[in-house]
Amino acid sequence: MTESGTMQATVQEIIAALKDKPGALLPILHGIQDALGYIPADSVPDIATALSLSRAEVHGVISFYHYFRDTPPGQQTIHLCRAESCQAMGGKQLEEHVKSKLGIDFHETTADGKFSLEPVYCLGNCACSPAMQIGKDIYGRVTADSFDAIITNTEASA
Amino acid sequence: MSITIYVPCDSSAVSLGADRVANAIVQEAAKRGIDINLIRNGSRGMYWLEPLVEVATGTGRVAYGPVQPGDVPGLFDASFTEGGAHTLGLGLTEELDYFKKQQRLTFARIGKTDPVSLTDYIANDGYRGLKNALEMTQEQIVQAVTDSGLRGRGGAAFPTGIKWKTVLSTASLQKYIICNADEGDSGTFSDRMVMEGDPFVLIEGMTIAGLAVDATQGYIYLRIEYPHAYEVLNAAIATAYKEGYLGDNIQGSGKSFNLEVRLGAGAYVCGEETSLMESLEGKRGLVRFKPPLPAISGLFGQPTVVNNVISLASVPVILDKGGDYYRDFGMGRSRGTLPVQLAGNIKRPGLVELGFGLTLRELLYDFGGGSASGRPIKAVQVGGPLGAYLPEAQFDTPLDYEAFAAIWAVVGHGGIVVFDDTVNMAEMARYSMEFCKIESCGKCTPCRIGSTRGVEVMDDIINGRNLDKNIPLLRDLCDTLLNGSLCALGGMTPYPVLSALNHFPEDFGVNA
Repeated sequence: MTESGTMQATVQEIIAALKDKPGALLPILHGIQDALGYIPADSVPDIATALSLSRAEVHGVISFYHYFRDTPPGQQTIHLCRAESCQAMGGKQLEEHVKSKLGIDFHETTADGKFSLEPVYCLGNCACSPAMQIGKDIYGRVTADSFDAIITNTEASA
Repeated sequence: MSITIYVPCDSSAVSLGADRVANAIVQEAAKRGIDINLIRNGSRGMYWLEPLVEVATGTGRVAYGPVQPGDVPGLFDASFTEGGAHTLGLGLTEELDYFKKQQRLTFARIGKTDPVSLTDYIANDGYRGLKNALEMTQEQIVQAVTDSGLRGRGGAAFPTGIKWKTVLSTASLQKYIICNADEGDSGTFSDRMVMEGDPFVLIEGMTIAGLAVDATQGYIYLRIEYPHAYEVLNAAIATAYKEGYLGDNIQGSGKSFNLEVRLGAGAYVCGEETSLMESLEGKRGLVRFKPPLPAISGLFGQPTVVNNVISLASVPVILDKGGDYYRDFGMGRSRGTLPVQLAGNIKRPGLVELGFGLTLRELLYDFGGGSASGRPIKAVQVGGPLGAYLPEAQFDTPLDYEAFAAIWAVVGHGGIVVFDDTVNMAEMARYSMEFCKIESCGKCTPCRIGSTRGVEVMDDIINGRNLDKNIPLLRDLCDTLLNGSLCALGGMTPYPVLSALNHFPEDFGVNA
């Protein structure tokens, strides 16, 4: 099966498993993004048909939520907190360092495809600010040095 | 005999290396042939001491912290498994001042128990509230919650008992309980600590709510930023089903309550209850007009209780010990306890649960120990990104909904973010507008457009352009947001903006 064929089969499987839940759209979108890393544009018509929605409605939901993405992410997504508590502990300086170290801005992916950088507004790790999340791993009291060490380790284990 | 050692699984503790410490302890114990029983507990909430390792001894649990993996061999050398002396030794955990001075009702078990152990939960007074509730009428349950004086801990402080009573008295074939676990406020983490550290207390609280109002389906709307809480909640829910604490015949009573966790997708506005329900229904999180109230026409148009995690997690102790017991904590019309979260630039960040009435100064200095940087505290933001900034002159305000309202501030969800004197308050005001712009659902004009114009006017002010014109313009814009927005996002963004301007005009380039 081709790559896009496999993806389509995955999408169909997820839709079939979840479509009868009340309010099924978000669970389906999460399912697809968990499996594929993003929600491919060509999955929108299938979702719309299964839920008796218009394609515009499905697209509208995808674009409303910051977490959903319609392009493939890098191998690792770094969520860097921009909220007040992290700002109070040097979050802005850390943000500058992270952007220059990776050579990208928020919502971008490094040229080698290794990292995507996304802002996040609070990870609930405010007692250990500044904070970030890579995949599901959370880091606290992040400094420029510890950030460099963390991404070196992440690259090595990827 | 096996020695019991506790290393928290709380995600903040993990963010500081708790998993690596736990592994190091297991490996070192194996190497030395010492038989240990490692329990991953919740956090005690003393985050400057995390990872906080505890050892059970004959005299109680002895604490060591903050522990890093490299400290582990030395701890074994010092016989920490018997409570031996070490430079990281802190003595008995529950004798630590920060912990001892608290009044932990909602957080009674957190940090003590294994979060996903139902046996541990029941052995530590869990499910006593539900047991009582199963023997009470619905009216009696609602009355107990009303008597407790509990007000919504999400921020709006609406009396929980009245909300429940409305849902109970609205006839419908299907009603819902929604737990708002979209804890998006910066500086808050008490919901996360409950879900990660004592998930059964939330499940029990929601089950009691379901019994009280005749709702057989519950949803926990959890933010995507909390993946660890998602796992812990699902594990606890599976156990509760297996042991007959959820499902169609709760503890043989014939009563039903089903519960599912649903994930948000990174939209702050979905913490607003009507937006949250739209999201649960699978739509864009657009705020709804009120009325109708969710209690009358909520999720899928049915009567719905929407309560915050802390509100629901406070219900079991109320049903266990009585509304009067809970009501006897606190001051004025703010009854019971509030889990305060100290965050940002503070020496001893963490969770402090106490009856309402403590002053900010006591929290910031007696508990918090002043700023982490050692510089003077310039401002604190209480109640999340929509809460006012307070200057030192207001630090004697007691934590009380009405006392805060009187100084045009909010208690909100009890988060306190501390800033030292290096902060520029005009920059923070700009950030508040920017945050509103990013998170606005777009339904009402004041919020959607006002926030964008707010960023622009703040840029002008920060660059010193035309202050005579732009300061009044900012005030005018805030007036429109305050009075014209559909929900608290646009409606409360003026709190941080105007409080920053009023208390710190020099940062805006104007005289007081």
